[in-house]
Amino acid sequence: MIEFRMPTLGADMEAGTLVEWLKKPGDAVTRGDIVAVVDTDKGAIEIEVFDSGVIDRQLIEPGQKTPVGTVLAMIRAPGEPAGALPEPAGAAPEPAPTRARISPAAKKAAEQLHVNLDSVEGHGPGGSITVADVERAASGGGTVPGTPDRAIGMRAAVGAAMARSKREIPHVYLSTTIDVSPTLTWLKAENARRPVTERLLPAVLFIKAVGRACAEVPDVNGFWTEHGFAPGPGVHVGCAIALRGGGLIAPALHDVNTKSLDIVGREFADLVMRARAGALRSSELSDATITVTNLGELGVESAYAVIYPPQVAIVGVGRIVERPWVVDGRVEPRSVVTVSVSADHRAVDGRGAGSFLTAIERALQAPNTL
Amino acid sequence: MSLAPVNRTTYREAVREAIREAIRRDPRVFLMGEDVGRYGGAYAVSKGLLAEFGPERIRDTPLSESAFVGAGIGAALGGARPIVEVMTVNFSLLALDQIVNNAATLRHMSGGQMSVPLVIRMATGAGRQLAAQHAHSLEGWFAHVPGLRIVVPATIEDARGMLWTALEDPDPVLMFEHQTLYNMEGELAENAGPVDIDRAAVRRPGRDVTLITYGATLFKTLAAAATLAGEGIEGEVIDLRTLRPLDMNTIFASVRKTRRVVVIDEGWRSGSLSAEILARVAESAFYDLDAPVARVCSAEVPIPYPRHLEDAAVPQSAAIVEAVRALMPAPVSR
Amino acid sequence: MTTMQTSDHARHLLREMLRVRRFEETCAEMYSAGKIRGFLHLYIGEEAVAVGVMQALRPDDAIVATYREHGHALARGISANALMAEMFGKQEGCSGGRGGSMHVFDAAARFYGGNAIVAGGLPVAVGLALADVLAGRQRVTTCFFGDGAVAEGEFHESMNLAALWKLPVLFLCENNLYAMGTHIERALSQQDLPAKARTYGMPADSVDGMDVMAVEAAAGKAVASVKAGNGPCFLEARTYRFRAHSMFDAELYREKAEVEEWRKRDPIVLLRERRRIGDAEFAAIDAAVLGEIAAAVAFAEAGTWEPIEQLTRHVYAPAQEGAREPGAS
Repeated sequence: MIEFRMPTLGADMEAGTLVEWLKKPGDAVTRGDIVAVVDTDKGAIEIEVFDSGVIDRQLIEPGQKTPVGTVLAMIRAPGEPAGALPEPAGAAPEPAPTRARISPAAKKAAEQLHVNLDSVEGHGPGGSITVADVERAASGGGTVPGTPDRAIGMRAAVGAAMARSKREIPHVYLSTTIDVSPTLTWLKAENARRPVTERLLPAVLFIKAVGRACAEVPDVNGFWTEHGFAPGPGVHVGCAIALRGGGLIAPALHDVNTKSLDIVGREFADLVMRARAGALRSSELSDATITVTNLGELGVESAYAVIYPPQVAIVGVGRIVERPWVVDGRVEPRSVVTVSVSADHRAVDGRGAGSFLTAIERALQAPNTL
Repeated sequence: MSLAPVNRTTYREAVREAIREAIRRDPRVFLMGEDVGRYGGAYAVSKGLLAEFGPERIRDTPLSESAFVGAGIGAALGGARPIVEVMTVNFSLLALDQIVNNAATLRHMSGGQMSVPLVIRMATGAGRQLAAQHAHSLEGWFAHVPGLRIVVPATIEDARGMLWTALEDPDPVLMFEHQTLYNMEGELAENAGPVDIDRAAVRRPGRDVTLITYGATLFKTLAAAATLAGEGIEGEVIDLRTLRPLDMNTIFASVRKTRRVVVIDEGWRSGSLSAEILARVAESAFYDLDAPVARVCSAEVPIPYPRHLEDAAVPQSAAIVEAVRALMPAPVSR
Repeated sequence: MTTMQTSDHARHLLREMLRVRRFEETCAEMYSAGKIRGFLHLYIGEEAVAVGVMQALRPDDAIVATYREHGHALARGISANALMAEMFGKQEGCSGGRGGSMHVFDAAARFYGGNAIVAGGLPVAVGLALADVLAGRQRVTTCFFGDGAVAEGEFHESMNLAALWKLPVLFLCENNLYAMGTHIERALSQQDLPAKARTYGMPADSVDGMDVMAVEAAAGKAVASVKAGNGPCFLEARTYRFRAHSMFDAELYREKAEVEEWRKRDPIVLLRERRRIGDAEFAAIDAAVLGEIAAAVAFAEAGTWEPIEQLTRHVYAPAQEGAREPGAS
């Protein structure tokens, strides 16, 4: 007999409420079949079965809130006689707490000392983070990010967010390829007159251009909430940063639209450094109103990214490549880049997303105004 | 820091001296209760007082807790200052009506006209193999009731000094004397006298964890603190002294310093004074906590007769040490 | 002895009983109008007991009463104004509005409640008497209680203690035959209450509780015995309440005929007949009483509500309040 359990659909899911059974005892099920609908904190979710057989009996009635791991139904494996095995053990043990154990005093201390608690290892009771742990982290003794455990945890968190995004958000994808030759020429000249430490990366131009475009098309800058679209309180551009030990993080650069290119450049460099050192501020982790993912450095030509909920858009930037390009009726070698927008169709339609993409292009092609 | 000469004495003698002083000082004071006279008191607290003060001031009562506690209330209403001794807290339940429905309410129900300046003393607690009808710790119950003041002398100084202050209080005061303390010996200043009954006392200062207790458990807690000190953990031991009203300022000040708190209470855990204290800590000092609040209480069982089971039922030093260790940070390996 | 009473005194007794009767009738009206809430127990039918007993007491004697105590309070001299204001819960009430119908107190009148725990007042009365003895004061504490209290342990404990210590208590049992809805025959194995009391070694007697002059005489005799230092006395007044136990009582436990039979012995009617108080005189007394009660209602109406800010007053003595609350140091 196979136990069909309340699945865990996210790291933050502790229980689900069975809404309805889509199969009844005696029904044959095949791996992948949807057998039930479960309501969670995040909404109703169709639950699939990962085994094949015949539903022997259902142990949970619709309407019951049930902890993750609880046996919902027993499935007879092919050829197995009905009711052959003893009752299941019943409810699974309480799921491990998913909330980080941080003492109240440690939380307060972390705020005051600007310590990112994600990077702090707990030595208190039950592995909780205490004031002493925070103070150690603040004085430079923080744990090094990228340990295998942390990468696994981060992978799980990213996975949960992306799974939710793909489940819930109707994505609309647009892309355009932009001639950035004049932009790069401007950048080369600009960097030539700057000290080495203040040179600008192309990535900064993209971030700034996205910030500018957000100000022009505010429909893509904000969050999807239970009450619909909520505009962001500012233009805070999340920058996807791959960490060396593995893992991905997208901290926010705040108010990109109102800051000069120089400041955005400096802040970006600082952000990357701190992200890799595990010293981000909690506001940077939670404030982004839109995200830019730049996969060009990996040689990817174009990227269609998955929106990071509750944001409603993400910009994918590919590699800058030389391509034959028609300029003024003549074919020329030009530096071009493919920029994509993935947008939440509930918040913005294709036309809005297109305007946004055009705005990015316009901004990129006038770098001196950025 | 008294420089007065000190005498060797016991907790029992200190209580007796307090009664003696009160009767001498105030003609309105008298002692009444079961076997307080000829027998000398179930715990021999009042031994010799009958001969000294006579049967008007040292009154043996019949076994009728409700009547003599109620008579204490009436006498207090009538201007006397009675000390009523109830043999043990379990027997006080026979007088619960008088204590809760009359002593605690008369001032209120009369719109402030009536005053019940009464002291009810009783023995409490386990430790002498007296089983489940003579060994409970129900003082936390009484601390639930507005209109009552609950005091618990743990030290010889308090046994000597709390009674007079309690008698001067215009409201009913219940005084709980742990039965294992009567034989406790110690030194007492020759000029020892009344003490306040408003404030908790820090019996041992410490920086790492606040240990809150009262009554006989104070000494188990101090022993645990000594053990912990050997491990580098400095516990601050607070003797509540008064269970109602609670001196939360002393508790908060300590918790804000140590960030960890354990309540040690011989009462049962469920619906207890320890729960009340920790709820208040969580309400008002939540952001100062660096570890979950913790308790060491009696097991949820009537006190058993056999020594080993009785010992296992009530808080012991080892359990206090364990509870504290569980709150302390693990060593940092890095 | 009753034949020796002056007609002035008879009129006084009539007026006192009428005050109680009209006060109680008005309480019922005010209760129905929602002005009085909580439990309301009326003394109608039993007026002769409180009025008769109070004649035998001096101002420095103490009274402990039950939750059916409006009559005792009025007869003791607590003003109808203060009493009605207490019914209304106004701060001008004799208990500051904190007690209500069941908890009437007046320190100046030495009136110690108003106790709503059946038999709960008996030990307190014993203690009040003890305080008098200890202080060498010649006073009596009169403790009213009903036949229901006789079944309680506190009755027996208190009777025993008072007799044992020869304390000056008059135990005044108002036997109205019902402990709420339970007839004495279904509650007590021994219904001869004086016989019960005598087992504690105290003098005990029984009196017709519908005859105010008989009550006054019996109470006078008992008080004299107590004040002579003979220890406590027990006096049973056989009486009957004409109204329901409280306002919310369907009276399923007794026959209407029984009530009618007792109403023939209405203490007010009885006194009028015996002392030949004519209609005109009665009407004059009644008019004055009705005026007093109407004024009391007006007084209570005009009374004020205690501010909610004062909610936690009267829990501890003023010096204690606040000063000892956490955080107030």
